[in-house]
Amino acid sequence: MTTRGELAWLSGFAVIASPCGLAFVLGAGSLVGARLSESTIARLVKWSTLAGLGATLLVLAIMLGTGERRVVVDLGDWVTISRDYHFALKFVFDRLSVPFALLAYTLAGAIAAFASRYLHREPGFNRFFTLYALFLLGMTTTSLAGTIETLFAGWELVGLSSALLVGFSHERAAPARSALWVWCVYRVSDAALVLAAAALHHSAGGGDFDELLGSGLWPHARALPPLDQAHAVGALLLIAAAGKSALIPFSGWLPRAMEGPTPSSAVFYGALSVHLGVFLLLRVSPILDASPALCAATVALGLATALFAHLARGVQTDVKSALSFASLTQVGLITAEVGLGCRYVALVHLLAHAALRAMQFLRAPSMLREAAPRPVATDLARLARSRSSLYRFLMERGYLDLFLLELFVRPFLAAARGCDALERRWTSWLAGAVATSDAAAASIEEFT
Amino acid sequence: MNEAFPSWLEAAILTACLGAIGASTARARLRAFAWGMTFTSAAAGCALLACVQYYWFSGTDPGVVDDWQSRFLGDRLLALDDLSAAMVPAVALLHWVTAFATPRARMRRFSYTWSLAALALRLALFSCRDVRLLVALLTVEAALPGFELRAQRRAPRVYAVHLGVFAILLIVGACGLGSSSTSSHWGVPVVAAAVLIRCGAIPFHCWVTDWIENASSGIGLLFVAPLSGIYALARLVVPSASDNLLRAIVALGVLTAIYAGALAVVQREARRLLAYLVISGGALVLVGFGLHTRLSITGALCLWFSTLLSIGGFGLAIRALEARFGPLALVAHRGLYDHAPTLAVCFLLTGLAGVGFPGTLGFIATELVVESALHAGPVVGLGVVAATALGGVAVVRAYLLLFTGARHASPIALGIGPRERAALLIVAALILGGGLFPHAGVAGRQRAATALLDARAALHPLPARDARR
Repeated sequence: MTTRGELAWLSGFAVIASPCGLAFVLGAGSLVGARLSESTIARLVKWSTLAGLGATLLVLAIMLGTGERRVVVDLGDWVTISRDYHFALKFVFDRLSVPFALLAYTLAGAIAAFASRYLHREPGFNRFFTLYALFLLGMTTTSLAGTIETLFAGWELVGLSSALLVGFSHERAAPARSALWVWCVYRVSDAALVLAAAALHHSAGGGDFDELLGSGLWPHARALPPLDQAHAVGALLLIAAAGKSALIPFSGWLPRAMEGPTPSSAVFYGALSVHLGVFLLLRVSPILDASPALCAATVALGLATALFAHLARGVQTDVKSALSFASLTQVGLITAEVGLGCRYVALVHLLAHAALRAMQFLRAPSMLREAAPRPVATDLARLARSRSSLYRFLMERGYLDLFLLELFVRPFLAAARGCDALERRWTSWLAGAVATSDAAAASIEEFT
Repeated sequence: MNEAFPSWLEAAILTACLGAIGASTARARLRAFAWGMTFTSAAAGCALLACVQYYWFSGTDPGVVDDWQSRFLGDRLLALDDLSAAMVPAVALLHWVTAFATPRARMRRFSYTWSLAALALRLALFSCRDVRLLVALLTVEAALPGFELRAQRRAPRVYAVHLGVFAILLIVGACGLGSSSTSSHWGVPVVAAAVLIRCGAIPFHCWVTDWIENASSGIGLLFVAPLSGIYALARLVVPSASDNLLRAIVALGVLTAIYAGALAVVQREARRLLAYLVISGGALVLVGFGLHTRLSITGALCLWFSTLLSIGGFGLAIRALEARFGPLALVAHRGLYDHAPTLAVCFLLTGLAGVGFPGTLGFIATELVVESALHAGPVVGLGVVAATALGGVAVVRAYLLLFTGARHASPIALGIGPRERAALLIVAALILGGGLFPHAGVAGRQRAATALLDARAALHPLPARDARR
């Protein structure tokens, strides 16, 4: 390995190691009950984020200097089972992952600086930054993943930390309910991704993106999976992306996620987390290319989401909800761009939108104080006067949550509670006692 | 080790037996605690040394040729192999952390005599290779909890009916196992049925919820977390079962995992949630064994180990919460986070480890089972993934209900005690350490899977050869 190659490897390793170290220190502190001071936490976050950002910039500089467009940090096989299975820990710096990692570090660093003041003397200061560290680790792992299993590990970390941040305000029940809803949607998304990952792993004999998507440089890699497999795996990946990026019919979780504190809304839902599904589609775009039907479905899903979000934004009555739907409009358009095959346009659109939206979210609390009292939106007033069914439809956020609730959640809960009640009766009868179960009459409030 | 002396494994069993006798004579609870902890620590230490010794000698059990067991019993009945070498210290550790973390307020309810006797029994069970002795140990192990239920003045009928049928089927099936030279034994399906009852497969799972609800929390956990039925499955069923029987086990395992996952989501008591997570975890292990490929059995063995630790840790977290806040109803937000932040973290960590969250011990295990399940068919794969997804929802729902909401008002400090913290940290360290550095553990489980498939290949030449691919 040349000196530059070694330097690139070490820098790439540092990109992953710095959020790992931060998560370890803050996580271990939470586990052992050691309370670090606010200034210590802020310093740790600042220096680890700067270290990660600096290392990413160094990798980029080496790539530009040497003309190398792909740097691989291969940490070897994590698990190997003869010829049956291997799980490689591999990170790839290429035209897609480097901009996304830079975006993640830049926005996360800026928002950490904001949050260290915004959450000053808040009881959950330590908890916020522990979740922040997990989120950053998940984002960098996902964006730089060279294998689909590694991507999945980061994907799940992002999901858990995001859901817990939605429920950050522990003293109120509403954020906890929203967090549970977000987590449920994420679990659907995770399940779709793990199925797709296992199917791809099985068909290619490994989870390496080189084997799955062809060894060409992004976005020119060409995968040639059988058409039926491309359909099935592509559909699963589209479901995974839809869950993570709040595309229809999962859009309802995004405004709910605004229950979290402003810094988390800015970094997680406005800027980074909501774009992760689109990033996945960009990463696996060679699979989409293999199926025109999948591309058409991606475009349709993106445009439908953009149209719905644009209309819904007009009737929102608070700034953060309006911003979340505005965000979703752009995410829908970016998804459509991915489906149309405009990879660079989608990537640039994603980066610009994330940066703009993070700034808008951070400005949202100040706007409330600075702006003179005035109607939130003129189109809202116009629609409200017309009392149209469209207005009601949009006020109810397209009935999307209701649709999921009535079609899937309620029947599932009713069936499960029915079985639970039957079991209790059966057990009580067997034990010779009188059944006293009231499980069947339980409410589903905690899921809504 | 000198052949005239017992090996570390036998020393562990003897120490636990002696400790049980000693603890039964102690009347004061603190004295019983001191006695119990001394002997539990010694037994756990010996079990750990037995494991180290096994791997130190690269898979050969010292003193195999002419040890005291062979001399006095005519055969070597208790010995470690690749299947049991990791499980024996894990079971001992579970007993140790459970005894160590017993809060002072719960010492009266936690019987150190029972715990040490059960430890001796389980160490013998998990190292037993003789069919008759294994059946006897499983039967005795199933009988002991009946006394615990009586001691708690709870109706033991649900438990007695299920485990009674289990014991009868096990004994009858063992009679039909015959010699190991052929696979066509009528006893194998009967033993498999017994194992399914012991593992809580539907529709024979109600005893698990009943037991966990009615037993004292520590004793209840110690009986279900090791998944003793899985050991019987690996020893008695997998080597000689027909492919159709294993397919039936897979189908029942998938149904059980989904059903238990779904019911875990709607539980209104933390103990019942624990019970359904145990059932779901055990069912996924059944699926892995039932698929009988090297990948699936390796995954099942990893999952068994991770389920033992994660369910153990999850149960300890629930037990610590119950000691402070009473029975934990999952009906409203209780706001316990500020009182017990470490418990909240451990609750979430151990719960998510049980459903294969990345970075934890269960991640690779679940990956392996999902991978092999998808290889078997999309429905099986979808079932396994759905079960883990439901488990994740159940754990986070319980976390949010217990730890968020308006702060629980209490005039006294309700923080975690140092012993509980140490016990939970040990479990958490193992879960995270094993999750971040899984290679050595997986390699050991792979050897055990290969040995199991070799044993199966001797009875089923063609299918087993296919399975080795």
